[in-house]
Amino acid sequence: MKKKKSKNQCGRRRERIFSNACLVPSVLGVLIFFLIPFGIVIYYSLINNPIMKEYVGLDNYRNLFENTAFKQAASNTAAFSLIAVPLAVILSLGLAILLEKNIPGKSLLRTFFLSPLMVPTASVVLVWQVLFHNHGTINQIVEFFGGEPIDWLKSSKGQIVIIMMFLWKNLGYNMILFMSALCSIPKDIIEVADLEGAGTVYKFLHIKLRYLSPTILFVLILSLINSFKIFREVYLLTGNYPYDKLYMLQHFMNNTFNNLDYQKLSAAAVLFSLVMIVVIAVLLISESIFGKDVEN
Amino acid sequence: MTKKRKQRVFNILITIFAAAAAISFLLPTVLTIANSFMTSNEISANYGSMFGNMSGSEKVFISDNVNLKFIPDKVTIDQYKAVLITNSDYLLKFWNSVILTVPITVFQLLLAVLTSYGFSRYPGKIKNLIFFIYIILMLMPYQVTIVPNYLVLDKLGMIDTADPEKSWAIAVKLQEIFSSNTLARLAIILPAVFSPFSIFLLTKVMRRIPVSYVEAAKLDGAGEFKILTKIYLPMCKSALVSIGMLVFIDYWNMVEQPLILMKDSSLHPLSVFLSQISTNEIGLAFAVGVVYMIPTILMFLYGEDYLVEGITYSGGIKG
Repeated sequence: MKKKKSKNQCGRRRERIFSNACLVPSVLGVLIFFLIPFGIVIYYSLINNPIMKEYVGLDNYRNLFENTAFKQAASNTAAFSLIAVPLAVILSLGLAILLEKNIPGKSLLRTFFLSPLMVPTASVVLVWQVLFHNHGTINQIVEFFGGEPIDWLKSSKGQIVIIMMFLWKNLGYNMILFMSALCSIPKDIIEVADLEGAGTVYKFLHIKLRYLSPTILFVLILSLINSFKIFREVYLLTGNYPYDKLYMLQHFMNNTFNNLDYQKLSAAAVLFSLVMIVVIAVLLISESIFGKDVEN
Repeated sequence: MTKKRKQRVFNILITIFAAAAAISFLLPTVLTIANSFMTSNEISANYGSMFGNMSGSEKVFISDNVNLKFIPDKVTIDQYKAVLITNSDYLLKFWNSVILTVPITVFQLLLAVLTSYGFSRYPGKIKNLIFFIYIILMLMPYQVTIVPNYLVLDKLGMIDTADPEKSWAIAVKLQEIFSSNTLARLAIILPAVFSPFSIFLLTKVMRRIPVSYVEAAKLDGAGEFKILTKIYLPMCKSALVSIGMLVFIDYWNMVEQPLILMKDSSLHPLSVFLSQISTNEIGLAFAVGVVYMIPTILMFLYGEDYLVEGITYSGGIKG
């Protein structure tokens, strides 16, 4: 009996070793390409240069905050994310609710909404350029209705263009997430609410929204991360040096990489990661307060 | 009766709205495809002025306006002929995209199978901690992870030719084994392979596999490796397809990585090159765009349900 037990444990240990060994390649890769160099990045952000290696405290961060290009890039990126992310959440939830309704050709509509996800931005960027060019289609429509044409890509209105491109690309993905979340709301709760005479608005605010809150949180975080990828669209539309209002953090990083200013780069990366951690923590905490009583 | 009628009117309105929204989503793609069948003369007549100031050319355009056209005057496949046969440059860039994206997708998935299996069997405190770190890493924007990536790739001699004094010793060795083109491509491929995205998704799928299956297999004398290949893999098949699609699109669309990590622009994928298409080749740009979207569109048409499934898995960081 005793013998058998120890053999069993021994076997289990061997199994455990196999499953642990499975992690090794990935953990090594993550350590080599991400975690260890990130440690070096933190270190670089605190010294004056890679050769002298003098500790300078927060000087690099102070320099970063005084850098006009960085300030411009950070404020543009923040402004863009603050508008685009909530819009992405609200509109995609709207689309998901729309497709829940009893309308014909639902699966076709889903396909259409999802299609931008599968189309490389580079392929359709020309059409966007044609639409928003100074003498382009949108301006022709504006003029037709007697409005003043706007040079979309070379004015502060440029943000509107990239917000539209962002929504175009990302709404489909978010919509699918919301659709599956809406499906998983228990039917009996809605039925009870119906029996007790709850209105559509009440049902939405007090029941659906609470069940959706983990998904809303996820879509928020996802859209936030995707909003930092808007550089792609801006770069493809306008190149490396766009109009001031379209100068994004990634432009700043690219240009800093070109002159290889490790101190600036490191400080920017560390700062950005801290901001992200704080934002995600705040979102997680607020979701756990809001969605508390529906979980389990 | 009136209520019913109201409901019907409401439904019709909603349907119209949904259809309009859906069509506007499809519009840029359809326009690109439609324009790819125009002659290059027609394109420069309609869109030429857009690029006039860039080249400083003396060409006289019919009008100052840029006219968006839905239907070509004359349908031709001249653009495609030029892209696919006459001008080999585009096919070369297309190949650049393939040779980056395919290895990234394949190896990221292979690694994900192994790692997710490790995460989902015998979970413990340390494994959970590592998984948590992966999630944080996944949530970091590219602007954060690119800096550590660059640091290491530089030391490995994958960004510029290795400098024996600054790079690691292994960089010189790598240079002896691989050609400089391969090294430059590895600079994009390696960090992408270790990106935790597919591990995160696949682990969530694997954790749902009932323990009873595993127990039954064990009673039949299956070892851990058998359990991985005979139970976990077949049960994750559809998840693997959908995750693979998501990874593929993401890297097929990449712009940031090559711009920073690839000094030699002749190795750039088509996704970057398309934006640098020169003015006198503007007549080809639409066709190149269409050629570039063919792989992803085909994937979409054949695997939309897989894609939807994959997106559904990704929902919720907690579960």
